[in-house]
Amino acid sequence: MTDITYLEAIREALFEEMERDRKVFCMGEDIGAFGGAFKVTEGLLAKFGEQRVIDSPISEIALVGAAAGAAHMGLRPVVEMQFIDFIANAYDMLTNYVATARYRAFLPCPMVVRGPSGGYVRGGPFHSQNPEAGFLHTPGLKIVYPATAADAKGLMKAAIRDDDCVLFFEHKYLYRRIKEVMPDGDHIVPLGKARVAREGNDVSIVTYASTVWKALEAAEIVAAEGISVEVIDLRTLAPMDDEAIFRTVKKTNRLLIVHEDTRTGGMAGEITARVNETCFEWLDAPVLRVTAADIPLPYAPALEDYVLPQTADIVRAVRRLTAY
Amino acid sequence: MAKARTGRDTPAVTARPSDALSRERKLELYYWMKLTRQLEERLVNLYRQTKVVGGLFRSLGQEADAVGSCFALEQRDVMSPLIRNLGAMLVKGATPVEVLKQYMAKADSPTRGRELNIHFGDIGEAGVTRGFLGQISPLGDMVPVMTGVTMSFKMRGEDRVGLVYVGDGATSTGAFHEGINFAAVQKCPLVVIVENNGYAYSTPTHKQSAVKFFVDKAIGYGVLGLQADGNDVLATYDVTKAAVDHARAGHGVALVELITYRRKGHAEHDNQSYVPAGEIEKWAAENDPIDRYVQVLRSTLGVTDAEIAAIDARIMREIDEATDLAELSGTPDAREALMGVYAEPPAEQPLWFRRDVVADAYGQERPESWGTWNADGAKP
Repeated sequence: MTDITYLEAIREALFEEMERDRKVFCMGEDIGAFGGAFKVTEGLLAKFGEQRVIDSPISEIALVGAAAGAAHMGLRPVVEMQFIDFIANAYDMLTNYVATARYRAFLPCPMVVRGPSGGYVRGGPFHSQNPEAGFLHTPGLKIVYPATAADAKGLMKAAIRDDDCVLFFEHKYLYRRIKEVMPDGDHIVPLGKARVAREGNDVSIVTYASTVWKALEAAEIVAAEGISVEVIDLRTLAPMDDEAIFRTVKKTNRLLIVHEDTRTGGMAGEITARVNETCFEWLDAPVLRVTAADIPLPYAPALEDYVLPQTADIVRAVRRLTAY
Repeated sequence: MAKARTGRDTPAVTARPSDALSRERKLELYYWMKLTRQLEERLVNLYRQTKVVGGLFRSLGQEADAVGSCFALEQRDVMSPLIRNLGAMLVKGATPVEVLKQYMAKADSPTRGRELNIHFGDIGEAGVTRGFLGQISPLGDMVPVMTGVTMSFKMRGEDRVGLVYVGDGATSTGAFHEGINFAAVQKCPLVVIVENNGYAYSTPTHKQSAVKFFVDKAIGYGVLGLQADGNDVLATYDVTKAAVDHARAGHGVALVELITYRRKGHAEHDNQSYVPAGEIEKWAAENDPIDRYVQVLRSTLGVTDAEIAAIDARIMREIDEATDLAELSGTPDAREALMGVYAEPPAEQPLWFRRDVVADAYGQERPESWGTWNADGAKP
């Protein structure tokens, strides 16, 4: 058994699903001959051919629209956004067309839109975005954002098999930085189920994707001070695992929500509202957020690091919560 | 100087495919056009009785382009209409009772009260489904979707063609451009019909695009471009049949411009104040597609007034029966609103403030109840 990276885990999921089901095919810009900007789809063309690994024009609207049309006809397309920032070009197609198809017309849209997301990579404003909040608001879409290599594989396989459209955000900082041995066999991680990344009793951190690792690092630091932190990795943002969130809040009575995305209108605000409606009596402290500042993500290391949430910010927030 | 090559120069129609249509088939064309017109007239009556709960969209004067073009498709082919393609929907198998129930938001309408007017479809396997895909309101979006539908035909080696309608206005959208370009590159069996009816809502064609004819765009996409008088149902059939044959033979996309005229406003509320005086009347008097076709039927096939009257009577009978049937249907149960956003879960939970509320009361809300309270909360 060898370790494989987060990126290789996604590639393995694509290979396995395309092998398992002839209805699965991939489309995207430079995904075939070149293997994708990050090489996620490397080797797919040689194995599955041009009919099932389609190099497209630079047309995010057409990619998402064509995927929907093919999905209506019973195929299971996987579309790559070269950088997830470009998904904004397909916003209309995703929110107006795809998200409503089942409800308004009983048309299934089993498709995955995936792409490299997130910052900490000196990518600047258009190669670092986290677009989840922009789609969280739209009923009809599912959103996945894994933190570990095994989850990346298992969630991708579940997303491809899901009967609705799944937006699958892959964290590009994690692509080649984390490795693990994949579980045996047909490894599936069900959508909508959070994971306890670390057990603890004093403070809960609810987070996902890159900041799971920062939260774990912070938990280790405060453990030395005698503070026991529980870290919940959401894995799927829509549907959200409310029960897992409420369970940890009722256990520790203190909640910190951490995400790399900007603050206003983000996931953390929504989670806070749900906890407020359901767990008000269980809280011993206000719900706190550590997020990026409401700033387009800048390029210079000093600027980027200042805007994005860091481990020290999380440590500070945990200490503030335990002071109540 | 070499003559600039335009889509219109592409050699296409040599023999007229419509010459091969039997007398029966040619009378069918009349039937579908007249059914479209009379069904819309019935909808106007129902609209005025407030039985149509939303807006009403007419295709008056455009019946030939919708019917003639869709008539060129086979049952297994898939078509995606625009709001003014009721005629194409009927040709493809949508029924008057479905259309009426849809406009009246009935519980057993094709979308169970979820969507408006002719926004409904029936696609999937050939032979099992009728092959029309409901549009959505953002224009141009159906072009990429039909690119995907026809891509599936290609991938599975199915002998099927797709046809998508756009208006002059939709050609300005990014979705139109990306969709037709992707389909062209992939050589998808797709026919794109541009209905040039002179107006997009109130915007005349010359403010929509600087090209004189939309068929000229074909050259920019490297696809076959054809053009016809959209008010001549046989010409429309001929040109679309050539495009469909081209796509079916594996030669890829064809763009067909059909020139017609929108005699009613964007929707029933639109008073068309922006239209130059006399323009609508001139088209109605001189270029009505049904009047024109009746002349053709009389002069070339010897169709008699009695034959026309018999078809007209059959149409009225069918519309009356469909109306009676549609009116019998009930309205949807409010709680159905929460069902089917996703395959899993099959229904959303009611919001906490609706959990113990009887749903029967909904559907009675009226704008008249709004704004009738003073700022201090007292009823006037």
